[in-house]
Amino acid sequence: MMAWINQIIQGILLGGYYAIIACGLSFMFSVMRIINLAHGSLSIVAAFALWLIADRFEISPFSGLILVLPAMALIGVALQRFILEQSVRGGPLVPILSTFGLTIVIENLLFEKFGADTRSLAPLIGSLSYDSWEIGDDIYIGQLAALTFATAVVLLGGLQIFLSRTHLGRSIRATAEDADTAGLVGVNARAVNAIATAIAMTTVGVAGAFLAMRATFDPYAGSPQLIFAFEAAVIGGAGSLWGTLIGGIVLGVAQSIGAKISPQGFLISGHVVFLAILFARVYISRPAFTGRLRAVLGRSA
Amino acid sequence: MTSGGTITVERWTAASIASVVIVVAGMVLLAFGPFLFGANTVDKLTTLFIYVIMAAMWNALAGYGGLVSVGQQAFFGLGAYAAARLADAGVAVYPSLFIAAALVGLLSLPISAFMLRLRAGEFAIGMWVVAELAHLLVNLDNLVQGETGTSLIALNVYATDARRALTYWSALGALAVLLGVLFLLLRSRVGIAIQAIRDNEEAAAAIGVRVLATKRIIFVLTATGVAMAGALWLATTISFQPKTYFSVQWSAYMIFMVLVGGLGTFEGAILGAVIFFLIEAWFGASGVWYLIGLGATALLCSLFLPRGIWGSLEDRFGIRLLPVGYRLKLAGIPEFPQKPLGERPGPPMPDIHCSRQ
Repeated sequence: MMAWINQIIQGILLGGYYAIIACGLSFMFSVMRIINLAHGSLSIVAAFALWLIADRFEISPFSGLILVLPAMALIGVALQRFILEQSVRGGPLVPILSTFGLTIVIENLLFEKFGADTRSLAPLIGSLSYDSWEIGDDIYIGQLAALTFATAVVLLGGLQIFLSRTHLGRSIRATAEDADTAGLVGVNARAVNAIATAIAMTTVGVAGAFLAMRATFDPYAGSPQLIFAFEAAVIGGAGSLWGTLIGGIVLGVAQSIGAKISPQGFLISGHVVFLAILFARVYISRPAFTGRLRAVLGRSA
Repeated sequence: MTSGGTITVERWTAASIASVVIVVAGMVLLAFGPFLFGANTVDKLTTLFIYVIMAAMWNALAGYGGLVSVGQQAFFGLGAYAAARLADAGVAVYPSLFIAAALVGLLSLPISAFMLRLRAGEFAIGMWVVAELAHLLVNLDNLVQGETGTSLIALNVYATDARRALTYWSALGALAVLLGVLFLLLRSRVGIAIQAIRDNEEAAAAIGVRVLATKRIIFVLTATGVAMAGALWLATTISFQPKTYFSVQWSAYMIFMVLVGGLGTFEGAILGAVIFFLIEAWFGASGVWYLIGLGATALLCSLFLPRGIWGSLEDRFGIRLLPVGYRLKLAGIPEFPQKPLGERPGPPMPDIHCSRQ
């Protein structure tokens, strides 16, 4: 019994990690209706940057974030200005092609520069990567996992509050809703989209840091993470940031329980639960279902 | 638009009749390929045929059906897996390729019942998850033994030359049948209905289009086609490794071919496949830089030719070589090429253009 509870707790913590990698994806989709396939490989760019800084100057990854996150924000502005802004005019499919092309370019440039060696930030963060707290019998909570989960809550919660409470957040939502009308009331859609992409890329930087601290990475490690990010974002309902956190947790718990049932169960049960939730949403009539969900969660539309 | 002159609805033009004749003649000529070309050329052409099938299928699904999927590798992998399984069970190896495609087509029916209820992004990601799931389930089979994979050893009964020729003919035959069926389907009532659904599902339903049934036809056809491509790919490479066949890379290649060629244009998908094939043939040996070039091509195309190469040519010159739509012609006004009506986001305009003359 305790083993199952442990498994669920580990699943919830894993869900925090998924929520972090899904955060930027969900944010960009809700704000700009852009599916960013370069999401995973950009987080690997951040991971390599942190690794390089740590390797060259012996700066810990956490201090390294002070340099890397603003750099990611700038990358975000450039991404919006030079690629997304242009490609989104061609229709909703074209950004998929452009970000897909970007992914291939990034991954292979990283490969050209760093080779196929796998690296990790785990050795650079001391005992944080393996220390844990023991709670009751046989339940251990990894410190890094706990930190990841706490970061997810702060990040997603902070963004949710930012979007709903601040002037800039309202401008971003207005632009997402109807860019032309937002322009009429004085919102500069270009600037707002650039800021939104910068925010999304900053979260991608955070995602890259946690990805690299909890496991190893190589130039092609981004894409395999992408499907989990998509699953978490879609389960949570694209565009809702709290939903993304819940989506991450649902996915993490499903995988964790699946792994307990069978060695191959980890991925299979994650995917099955994802599809089951999609169909449940379709078959249980949408408004009623989400309405009930909202009532349970006590959040407003 | 109606200012002066009579309106005629035009489908066939001299150019399009000529090009269809050339395509058919070219196909007939290609059928003699193994007698005319060297071994290397025959292998290369077989690969090209498979790419054309994949591009045409993804284009039919996304460009005409509006169903964007990043999970078509599910059918690619299942097609190869089914062929390997059938051959292992003792079915003659070449028929097993076609039977495999048909079986996967059948399997796609129940999958469509669920997946087609999803919309847009959910469908795209949902299909990817279906592909991952199919991959994991195929891994559980003892024949496949996880990522170890299996081989189409039944091919050993043929001499190398005979095998090369038979694989070539299978690919060419599959290509001709699939493209022919698709061409006729898109020109039929179903083709008009599917494009109506793509442009506006509610409006199409309101005028009596059977939305789900129509989508299902295109979904099953493209699943069968992609499965055929997977089975053919197995015949060319012989070894089946789940990781390779169920890789999302295949969807990426299909997206590349279709969007570079021209989404929603019948000719564009074929052109895109040829371009992809040529890039691979010329630069494939240069490894990393080939991939960087491929990515950069996709990126630049999306930025500067969002309607793809063929789509841009069509806009500028108003050509239709393989017409699946109609266009209006107004008599008495000098003809000049027109851009699609206004810039609109979303899928390209349906295949109806107005040229004045």
